[in-house]
Amino acid sequence: MFFYLFKRLLTMIPLLLGITLISFTVIHLAPGKPTDLALDLNPAVTKEVKEKMERLYGLDKPLHVQYWNWLKRLAVLDFGNSFATDGRPVLDKIGERLPITITINLLSMALIMAVAIPLGIASATRPHSLFDQATTVFVFVGFAIPTFWLALLLMILFGLELNWLPISGLTSYNYDQLGPFMQAWDRVQHLILPVLISAFGGLAGMSRYMRANMLEVIRQDYITTARAKGLKERVVIYKHALRNALMPVITLLGLSVPGLIGGSVIFESIFAIPGLGQLFYQGVMSRDYPLVMGGLVIGAVLTLLGNLLADLSYAIVDPRIRVK
Amino acid sequence: MNSNTSCPGLPPLKILLVVLCLFLATACQDTEPPPPQISGPVEPAYGDAIVSGTIGDASNLIPYIGSDVSSSEVTGLVFDGLVKLDKNLEIEPNLAESWEISEDGLTITFHLRQGVKWHDGEPFTAQDCLFTYQFVTDPDTPTPYAADLMQVETAQVLDPYTFRVKYKRPFSRALYAWLGDIVPRHLLEGVNVRESPLARRPIGTGPYKFETWKAGSSIQLKYNPDYFRGRPYLDRYVIKVIPDSATMFLELKAGSIDQMGLSPLQYARQTDSKEFKARFNKYCYLASSYLYLGYNLRNRLFQDKRVRQGLSHAINREEIIDGVLMGYGRPATGGFKPGTWACDPNIKPVTFDQDKARELLAQAGWKDTDQDGVLDKDGIPLAFTIVTNQGNSQRLKTAIIIQERFKEVGVKVKIRAVEWSALLKEFIDKQNFEATIMGWTLPLDPDPFAVWHSSKTEPGGLNFIGYHNEEVDRLILSARETFDQEKRKAAYYRFQEIIHEEQPYNFLYVPDALPVVASRIHGIDPAPAGIGYNLIKWFVPKQLQKYHYQP
Amino acid sequence: MPSGTLAQETWRRFKTNKLAMAGAVVVLFLFVISILAPLVSPHDPNQFHLKRVLESPSWDHLLGTDELGRDVLARMIYGAQISLKVGFVAVGIATLIGIVLGALAGYYSGWVDAVIMRLVDIMLCFPAFFLILAVIALLEPSIWNIMIVIGLTSWMGVARLVRAEFMGLKNREFVSAARVLGASDYRIIFRHLMPNAMAPVLVSATLGVAGAILTESALSFLGIGVQPPTPSWGNILTAGKDNIEVAWWLSVFPGLAILVTVLAYNLLGEGLREALDPRLRE
Repeated sequence: MFFYLFKRLLTMIPLLLGITLISFTVIHLAPGKPTDLALDLNPAVTKEVKEKMERLYGLDKPLHVQYWNWLKRLAVLDFGNSFATDGRPVLDKIGERLPITITINLLSMALIMAVAIPLGIASATRPHSLFDQATTVFVFVGFAIPTFWLALLLMILFGLELNWLPISGLTSYNYDQLGPFMQAWDRVQHLILPVLISAFGGLAGMSRYMRANMLEVIRQDYITTARAKGLKERVVIYKHALRNALMPVITLLGLSVPGLIGGSVIFESIFAIPGLGQLFYQGVMSRDYPLVMGGLVIGAVLTLLGNLLADLSYAIVDPRIRVK
Repeated sequence: MNSNTSCPGLPPLKILLVVLCLFLATACQDTEPPPPQISGPVEPAYGDAIVSGTIGDASNLIPYIGSDVSSSEVTGLVFDGLVKLDKNLEIEPNLAESWEISEDGLTITFHLRQGVKWHDGEPFTAQDCLFTYQFVTDPDTPTPYAADLMQVETAQVLDPYTFRVKYKRPFSRALYAWLGDIVPRHLLEGVNVRESPLARRPIGTGPYKFETWKAGSSIQLKYNPDYFRGRPYLDRYVIKVIPDSATMFLELKAGSIDQMGLSPLQYARQTDSKEFKARFNKYCYLASSYLYLGYNLRNRLFQDKRVRQGLSHAINREEIIDGVLMGYGRPATGGFKPGTWACDPNIKPVTFDQDKARELLAQAGWKDTDQDGVLDKDGIPLAFTIVTNQGNSQRLKTAIIIQERFKEVGVKVKIRAVEWSALLKEFIDKQNFEATIMGWTLPLDPDPFAVWHSSKTEPGGLNFIGYHNEEVDRLILSARETFDQEKRKAAYYRFQEIIHEEQPYNFLYVPDALPVVASRIHGIDPAPAGIGYNLIKWFVPKQLQKYHYQP
Repeated sequence: MPSGTLAQETWRRFKTNKLAMAGAVVVLFLFVISILAPLVSPHDPNQFHLKRVLESPSWDHLLGTDELGRDVLARMIYGAQISLKVGFVAVGIATLIGIVLGALAGYYSGWVDAVIMRLVDIMLCFPAFFLILAVIALLEPSIWNIMIVIGLTSWMGVARLVRAEFMGLKNREFVSAARVLGASDYRIIFRHLMPNAMAPVLVSATLGVAGAILTESALSFLGIGVQPPTPSWGNILTAGKDNIEVAWWLSVFPGLAILVTVLAYNLLGEGLREALDPRLRE
């Protein structure tokens, strides 16, 4: 097992290097300097002032030097300081946003599993039935509806019309004055819509995958055998088939990390949630090179970790993997 | 083949559609009841808070460094300048009680207010003023606002409450530079400004003290009980970050924010219900900015002023103001704010006159000889590209309207919207454009040196259209070096005549600012300076207070 | 395996799937609309009327007017053209890259395979939307950039599919036979292996078009999608967002258009997958 882990970690090194190289290249494709935005078109700004600020940020060095310096600093987890005028370390800025994004993503993964797995099984046991087709349409509607539009509609309905839920943000204005129980409730209320929206889009992938897996497994010989032995259909499905169909889902969970992180840009913007997606988008629009590179690298590394976790749990469940 | 109606996929869709329509049909009811009406005069009272919505988070709360709107909103309340602007945009005392300007106009001596304390209890003195000057002009301070204070030759502390600055040349806008915030010497001296904790927890002398900052979501300020102009009535000032404009408007209607800037469409179409008007007060006043269509004068197409005049007559400014601003704005006549002393009221906006436009273009030699609908001269068609920044819907709509009007007089225009910083870097700074629609924020002092003087035409300069006129240069410099407002006014009037005649810019419009504030907040008094100038006098009558705090 | 019977067999199975057929009908309808846009559009999509801003649907403007008084129906029709263009070009690019790299990896194995598959792994680690966002915002949100960048970030699935098919096929007898007869690698790859690997690629491309349309609308929401005045469903919907309470037609129609189209492509893709996959035969 440790050998497997070691081998698995070793293969991550070239991936990490590739990730940094692509991140760096992407950022340096672009014209324009990060200082442009800060300087705005203010008549009181002189050209000398502009040059002064560019030197200050080290933008006058050749590209490969900039990459090499960046890589050396990455090795000790130094992502540099943001070009924004707060000049804070990128790692701090991302660090304070990351827990929010991860929390919402974990919650929505849990919700996806809770809904998609039963849906997938039910569809698979009745393939091409009316129920199967209705489910198909339902989950694909979730995938097909533009996130921000649905979000806005739900905000109007639940936030303004019915006044059941807060419209945006993570906590209410009077959060600090609430008791611990009410604080928790306040957070839950704020999370309902964002988690719902972010999970709705992911339903299709998971439930279709589950359905396909299930169909595949049901066709296997041992299921036929089980049926032939006269076992009840419920037992066949839930005891024998389900266990085998669930295993690949672990891998899919690992693979769904980048999609969820990418999707966070949209719902964090519309729900005013200060997470990684919103930070990254603001970084991109203000040409905050260190922040954008940091966001790309950290986003990719999170995926690597997700996949690693998935592989490890898979290896624990299924010993054959370790030998391979 | 199966028809659509027998498909089991459709019923859920139909239901969805019905549900959606239901949402939307009933979407205009607001949830919060309007505040009760109070009869009789309202008594100012301490307490309550105002929550202001903003698109982006603040970046750095040290004055001069964070140049974004949210940072300025906070520093404006936490810090003070030596002087400030009153409701009519005239200079009045602030941290400086009084000042003298020497006969030759080179020296200003400020007499400072005594007994003012920083929020951490340290006394405010002339040393802080001297330090502010050194701080802003220090090459290691990353600020875009150093240009005005760079004009200072020497600054000295005469005694703890007297501060003197001496200029190299007379500099008419010298006093305006001291509108800038004074920063605390005892906290910033000898500190690497990039690592100063003040960036996250500012300490100033202003009406509000910094309280908390939740990154990316809100900043909260608390009243300063010892403020030298008197304690502000509102206990808290809160800035709430909501990146999406549609969400922000919903939050306003749900009552979780009290103040925001409306778009012209929201102002005109979405805020007229009786209920909305009971819960909110809308304000409308001229903003300090203008939009223009600028021509690159190095380009052969635009060197003849008759072409620029002709194009100017082809633009229907009223139509743009109606269509883009829903009528909330007025035509721009030149680079000064209408109604201020520098602006010549005798100069009228260029009229919409297509015949005159055609005539002027024809005089300049542009005729449609090949009958293709586009004017030409020496085989070259009168066609060019207007660049503007992407993401600003008002500018883009303006460009689309102008494109259509130009087409009608035989001028072919393409529109290109480019991301802001790429626009500046690749087009404007390199002077690699034909025409551009952009805006200027009007500085508090009208000095047009940076935009119109010929010394600013080098790459990266703000006179990027390459305007060069010796008389204009002379007028700008003479106005810059006198403190006599009448002399400056005469120079600026002449300057406007020349610009109006030559049309290097086709001036388009000055928009209105359209803020909205919850109606429980009283004491707002709209003036030429807008509404924010007397914030410390805003209050909520006792019976209307919404947020309550333990003292 | 003669392809004629395969296609017939596939069609026979496909047409029993009602959802997939509905998807196909919608997709076909959109094609027709896009091609005939200048003929079927009731107005010029860019003609504005500043006196008729945000008018609700009427006989003159069946789907109402937008912020500049332009006809929403006309803009939707031309927007269909743009959406199809974005979808097809982006997916075309992704498919091309995926096929070439997948074929190389699957056919040659060894270090070629190792390098290409590491590249696939690396690209799959990135949240694709982050990459797209960064590139589009830093370059320029022109329609071409959008198509190219979506293409460049979505080829990995195709590459894996093609590689897997090639690995399975390359040691089969008909390939060895071709090699013995002196066929070049080029010929073997494109004449013998590729046609057999196309079925899963077709499915993946169909689903890809749906993804590209959604990505464009997400970019439009952030203000960096297809730039106005060029109409796209994404930017009409985004303009509608700010007027959602006074001009429902400005968000409901483009929203439904995106919804129905993406749904249609997905159902079509799923249908194709089942029809083409012999294991799912009942």
